[in-house]
Order: sequence, then structure tokens, then C-alpha cells
Amino acid sequence: MEPADKLSLDVFKNDQESHIIINQEICRACELKPCLSICPAGLYSVSEETGEVLIEYAGCLECGSCRVTCPHGALAWNYPRGGFGVQYRYG
Amino acid sequence: MERIDAVVVGGGLGGLTCAYCLAQAGVQVLILERGDHPGSKNVTGGRIYLRPLRPYLPELWDAAPLERAVTKEVITMMGEGSSCTVEFTSDRFLEGPAHSYTILRSRFDKWLGERVMEKGGFVVPQRRVTDLMREDGQIVGVVSEGEEIPAQVVIAADGALSLMAEQAGLRKPLSPRNAAVALKEVIKLAPEVIEERFGLAPGEGAARLFFGTITQGTFGGGFLYTNQETLSLGLVLGIESLLQGETSAETHQIFEAFKGRKEIAHLIQGGELVEYSAHLIPEGGNRSVPKPYGDGILVVGDAAGLALNMGITVRGMEFAMASGYMAAQTVKKAKEKGDFSAATLAHYQTLLKGSFVLQDMETFRNSLEVLENPRMATVYPQRLCKIMEEAFWIGDGPKERISSTVWKGVREGVFSLAALKDLWRLRRI
Repeated sequence: MEPADKLSLDVFKNDQESHIIINQEICRACELKPCLSICPAGLYSVSEETGEVLIEYAGCLECGSCRVTCPHGALAWNYPRGGFGVQYRYG
Repeated sequence: MERIDAVVVGGGLGGLTCAYCLAQAGVQVLILERGDHPGSKNVTGGRIYLRPLRPYLPELWDAAPLERAVTKEVITMMGEGSSCTVEFTSDRFLEGPAHSYTILRSRFDKWLGERVMEKGGFVVPQRRVTDLMREDGQIVGVVSEGEEIPAQVVIAADGALSLMAEQAGLRKPLSPRNAAVALKEVIKLAPEVIEERFGLAPGEGAARLFFGTITQGTFGGGFLYTNQETLSLGLVLGIESLLQGETSAETHQIFEAFKGRKEIAHLIQGGELVEYSAHLIPEGGNRSVPKPYGDGILVVGDAAGLALNMGITVRGMEFAMASGYMAAQTVKKAKEKGDFSAATLAHYQTLLKGSFVLQDMETFRNSLEVLENPRMATVYPQRLCKIMEEAFWIGDGPKERISSTVWKGVREGVFSLAALKDLWRLRRI
């Protein structure tokens, strides 16, 4: 089962803007890009056209593993604004 | 500006317990919770051990929405295509008030939030805190959605990442070394099916742990807890170990492969996936934040790194609740003195040190270093499975004596200098 299919079962209240801002300049120099493999929701990818690191922030489970993992501090990471983001019904 | 007595950042177990005790004592307290209700951002494995908490919170448990009383502990060592399971049951787990319960946090924390309100505390949902307010070095409140909320003391109960404790300069950002990521599915299954499948009486539950090849060389393991009408199936992966390890798989792929093992597949068969979640676990080598207080601030629960991996038991929720209780005792004392400086709030650390919270952390200080040795998680479980496989196998030729098989397996797989050292290190657990 793909993460996207699992995320479709969760309740999300999406904000207009991303709560995670990526500094592309830093990412360009990062060879490892551990964000791509750490995210439990598989939200990070690299754009084939521009080479930029992309995040589909709307499916964020707010675990913070990308913040911990990013080796170069490329992420301005915050929680979604109050009332937005994932709302766990079981937890 | 008018200040309230205490503002709590985050409606998890630490923050809610602190607010509950403060409200009970007539101290003004406000919880700011960024989700729709307390619990809506919270995830556990999980199971909670109640005995350490009963002395502090004796009245809370009879009506609490817990899931099942754990009566069965099962540990499975997973090899490649083989596994070896040890099951333990004891009547002692059910004597008097039960020993531990499975729990789902969205439901439990919401309920605890209602208890806080009942006692006269305020729980305000949908409020994210972004900043601390300062005055002459003292923390004097928080900023939430652009609004200043002045308070005598701030309780940082904002979880494993604790951006508040970080801002206060009480801790550094979590490093890969000090964090594990947990992936979890909640799977719906009829209570009768759960009871039959896991061999349980109604209301009784099982806790299962899985070690071995499932983590693909990464420090960590799998878990499965039976709730009333769901299963909590998850996988924990140490972040540094994952980054340094051989696997190139993504975390969710490792989880899917674990879930696909037939040992797991038959346990969740016919179940309906109802939620997917992820969460960080602070695993600071079982070392908590050295100074969980400052001028006008206290740090509780995961935010203070109060979580303990003891190998076959993993604990965090009791520490969160007990630290919340002790933070509340400290705030009460500070209010009586009319002094919320670090000198007065240091009482919190004294209470933690005098209790199971820091005493258990100290006892098991070195256990994580032993457990996170990659051989513990991967090589030995696999080797054990190999020995079992050879012992049970009847081939086409003559079979050697069981003792020879076992001895050979031990000699090849376990009998090395490294293994002997590992064995010696086990005493630290």
C-alpha cells in the first residue's frame, strides 16, 4: 500500500500555505537528501524539471523526522497553524 | 499587564496532568492546544503502566477510557522467512488494579481535557504557540496566533520536538542520534475476533514486540497492541542508525515489508485500516534534558526527553504524567512564595529525582547504548531463528544430534569476541 492511499484515510484540515519552508539553495548542495527516505508519509520528492526538493505539505503527519534528519538546516519547520493539519481520531 | 498563573503549551499527557493538578488546587491555568481537541495531534504505541502513577493520581483511573488490560506479553525474533516467539502470561498482571493497559491517545487525552475543564482549568483548542515572551531574562508568557498571553509560568508540554524548550535555551534541537521515528497503523477488527485470534478474555489485551530482520539492519523494532476494537501496529526506527545503515529503503517501505510478513499478515487479516500516523520518540541514550526548568518555565514529558527504552518495555506516558504532576506541585509552591524564578522552580528537578521518573532513567541510563548495537536488533534474532530451523529440520541424510546443531550455531553466530562483549554489555540493561 502506498503512503498516499493510507493518508487518504486520515483527517486533514489544510492550510493555504506550507508550514515547512525549504531553502532550495541549501538542498542543491546536499547529496544525501535524507528527507526523501525518512518521511513516513513519503511527501518529499525532487522535481525532475528543476531539481528542487518538493514537499506535499498537505499530507504531513507532523512527526518532525525531516526536521531532525535534515543535515544542513534547510528546513524552516513549524507546526501548522492552530486548527490545521492532521487531526488524529485514534492516535 | 495582567498575568494568569500558568499557561501550558500542548494538550498531551504531561500538560493535561499538570493543568488537572493545578486546577484542582485552585491555580489559574490555561492550556493552549494546536489541534481540534487535546489528543488530536498525539500518538502512542501504546501501552501505559498505571502502577507508578497511582500514588500521584489515585482517583483518575476507574472511569478512564483505557482499551484493554495487558495480560499477555509476546516477543518475536524475526529471521529471513523464519521466526521464533516467546509468549508470557501471568495472573499477577491482573491482580488488584491491572498492571498496564493499551491506550489510544485521541480518545484518552480528549477525556482528560474534559476532566481539566471540570476542575476549572481552561483548555483552548486550535491555538498554536509560536513564541515565548520575555522580560529581563524571565519568561513571562507566550505568543499564540499573534496574541500575547502573559503568565507567571509557562509549562512547555509540546512534545518530543519541544520548540518551546529550544527557544528557552533549555535544550538543543533533537539530533538523529537522539530520536527514533515511529510509523503506526490503526486497524479495525471486531472485539471477538481480536480475543479469539490473540487468545484473550474480553477486556484482556496482548502486547507484542518484534525484533530482527524486519528493521533491515536499523536499530528499532515492531509492535502490536490490541485495543478494544482495533489493533495498533507499528514500527520504530532509530534515525541515526537508519541514516548510517545499509538499507536504502524509505521508512514507509520498511513498514510495508514488516506488515507483509506472514507472521503479521495473519494477525491483521480481515482488519480495516482506519488511520495512519507517525511520531517521534526521544531516545537520548535514556538521558533527559539536564535542566528542565528556567526562570518562568518548566518542561515536562517528551519535551524534557523523559522517555525510556528498556528493551522489552518502552515507556514514556507514565513519565509524562508524573512529571506533569510534579510540575504542578512546583508551581503551587512558587505561587505561595510569589516567586517563579529558576531558583524556586528548581524544586521540580528535586521532585523528579526523588521519584521513579529520574531514578528509572538513571538505572537504565546505559541500556540504550547496548540495545542499539545493530547486532542486538538484527544478527542475534536471525541467528536464533537459524539455530531453531536447523534443530527442527529433518533432511534426507542422517541428522546430527540436536546439541551439535545448537553448539555449531552458537559457535558460528554467537561465539565471537564481539558477541562475548555484547553478552557482557547486557548486564547494563
